[in-house]
Amino acid sequence: MARIDLVDLAHSYGGNDAAPESFALKPVTMTWRQGGAYALLGPSGCGKTTLLNLISGIVTPSRGKILFDGADITPLSTQKRNIAQVFQFPVIYDTMTVGQNLAFPLQNRGVPKSEVEARVRQIADLLDLTFYLDRKATRLTADAKQKISLGRGLVRSDVAAVLFDEPLTVIDPELKWQLRSKLKALHRELDLTMIYVTHDQTEALTFADTVVVMHDGRVVQSGTPAELFDKPAHTFVGYFIGSPGMNIVPAVVSGHEARIDGHIIGLHRNYGVLPAGAKIEIGVRPEFVNIAAPASGLLSAAIERIDDLGRARFARVRIGDAKFAARVPPGFSVPDDNMVGLVFDPAHVHVYADSRLVEGVA
Amino acid sequence: MDKIVNQKAWFLVLPVFAVVAFSAILPLMTVVNYSMQDTFGNNQFFWNGVGWFKELLDPSTDLGGRFLASLGRNLLFSAIILAIEVPLGIVVALSMPREGWTVAVCLVILALPLLIPWNVVGTIWQIFGRPDIGLLGYTLNSLGFDYNYVSNEFDAWATVIVMDVWHWTSLVALLCYAGLKSIPDAYYQAAQIDGASRWAVFKAIQLPKMNRVLLIAVLLRFMDSFMIYTEPFVVTGGGPGNSTTFVSIELVKIALGQFDLGKAAALSLVYNLIILIVCWVFYTVMTNVGTERPQKKGAA
Repeated sequence: MARIDLVDLAHSYGGNDAAPESFALKPVTMTWRQGGAYALLGPSGCGKTTLLNLISGIVTPSRGKILFDGADITPLSTQKRNIAQVFQFPVIYDTMTVGQNLAFPLQNRGVPKSEVEARVRQIADLLDLTFYLDRKATRLTADAKQKISLGRGLVRSDVAAVLFDEPLTVIDPELKWQLRSKLKALHRELDLTMIYVTHDQTEALTFADTVVVMHDGRVVQSGTPAELFDKPAHTFVGYFIGSPGMNIVPAVVSGHEARIDGHIIGLHRNYGVLPAGAKIEIGVRPEFVNIAAPASGLLSAAIERIDDLGRARFARVRIGDAKFAARVPPGFSVPDDNMVGLVFDPAHVHVYADSRLVEGVA
Repeated sequence: MDKIVNQKAWFLVLPVFAVVAFSAILPLMTVVNYSMQDTFGNNQFFWNGVGWFKELLDPSTDLGGRFLASLGRNLLFSAIILAIEVPLGIVVALSMPREGWTVAVCLVILALPLLIPWNVVGTIWQIFGRPDIGLLGYTLNSLGFDYNYVSNEFDAWATVIVMDVWHWTSLVALLCYAGLKSIPDAYYQAAQIDGASRWAVFKAIQLPKMNRVLLIAVLLRFMDSFMIYTEPFVVTGGGPGNSTTFVSIELVKIALGQFDLGKAAALSLVYNLIILIVCWVFYTVMTNVGTERPQKKGAA
């Protein structure tokens, strides 16, 4: 159990002399609090697995340091790091029973036999594996095998953190839900720091209390699911999280106003000074834009289609060349010419300069 | 709808049947025929029933004694070379590089002995081991060892065994290497995370993942060493005395040396049968690996 600090950590598979832009992980400094449930979210190839392997020591960083509770462990091997990791595909020791598989990490570290037994029982109980303890692990289904892998990750009580690398990829959707809630429960029960890598936002948002979003080798935002939803720090976070994603449209912003397509939208905050020469965009989630009957005060748009997601309906509209998604209020009927007006909620309209959030002045 | 019964399809099998009959069944049946007869030359044959087989399995007769002694030597030889080549092959495979240009170099070096014909291997070692002009024999004798594979039984055995190890360990190593290469990196990473020692990694991951190729290696090496002829024949000619006379060498002596076709036929049939049985046992074991019977404890 430990606090994990990353200090200017960066990695390139091409070696330290590679061009800065080619680094799989660009320099990052951040802290993982003891006992936290983190999700590392991002599309494939964004560097999340690299970051995980750096923490566990499978990969040695090109630059920077990793501290466990303030102690520099960067040069230590994986065995000495006191960390657990669960991989994407189940790893099972073929010749052992389920129980022996679970006991393996403890035995290798010379934990007394009685303690090993108690801990294996506890973990098997939590994962519903008690029944299989004496069976050979090779004969089980992929689901059960992955549960054993999870169990091996969780069996040590003294680990600095448990790292999960997309552990539920091989699991059926239905079981996925169960296992994810199980992991969440385990997190509460075992008081372990958990870092969970995934590219599935639902998985990340349901598992974690802090979600770290990565994009192109950078950590672009880390925050609670609500923060990521309400106030994305980067346009990437805006459209990667949420379904449909955030609307991002180029705009001219001055003071309390944004101008799109010649139309003025009120802003909640004052944006006096914007970086010169930056690409200015406004971002607003579809949930905070309602479509309405066309009126002179409203930005007008043409409906292209309407998606019914069950809980809500979203209209795909077009403003000039820009595509946009907006909520369709219950009972709204689409006019024959498909032309509608858009009503913005000013509190949720954000301004981005070169894709990064600009904090306005209240 | 009634099935149309048409036996004409059998005619299509006829050419294959004819070829197999000509090349395998008829020669085999000739051997079976010989094994029941005695011959005194001039193409005169006399019916002997199962006489040769009785004699073959009775150690008190000349034929039985020679057969059982050579069978014993052959089994001992197979056991010794398996006990050396399998562990050695595993060690070689484990110490080979996993990637980089050195892999290709290692593979080529390992493959070289396998490409050399048997009688050439035999000739190489025959000369290599000679005390007068052979590098090995001369060196050993200069170092004070009284090494002479022509006159000393132990030296003859050692030479034949070292020669076989030299020739065939590569095969085991290459098979093991293929088995090792097929283990995904995640296993090694997981073992690191689990704090496994080098020995534990070998026992828990590498050996279990290799057991299929190891069985193939054991099968191939056993069959091959059980049928060995050329190399010991070239090096020692079965001697000194009969000390390195293996079953196939004995068989050739009886069949072509003494021209005892009946005895030789009976011997080769029994020899063949042993090989078939061993093959069957190995095959059964191999196909059952990994599909062990469900444990008694009960159903899920």
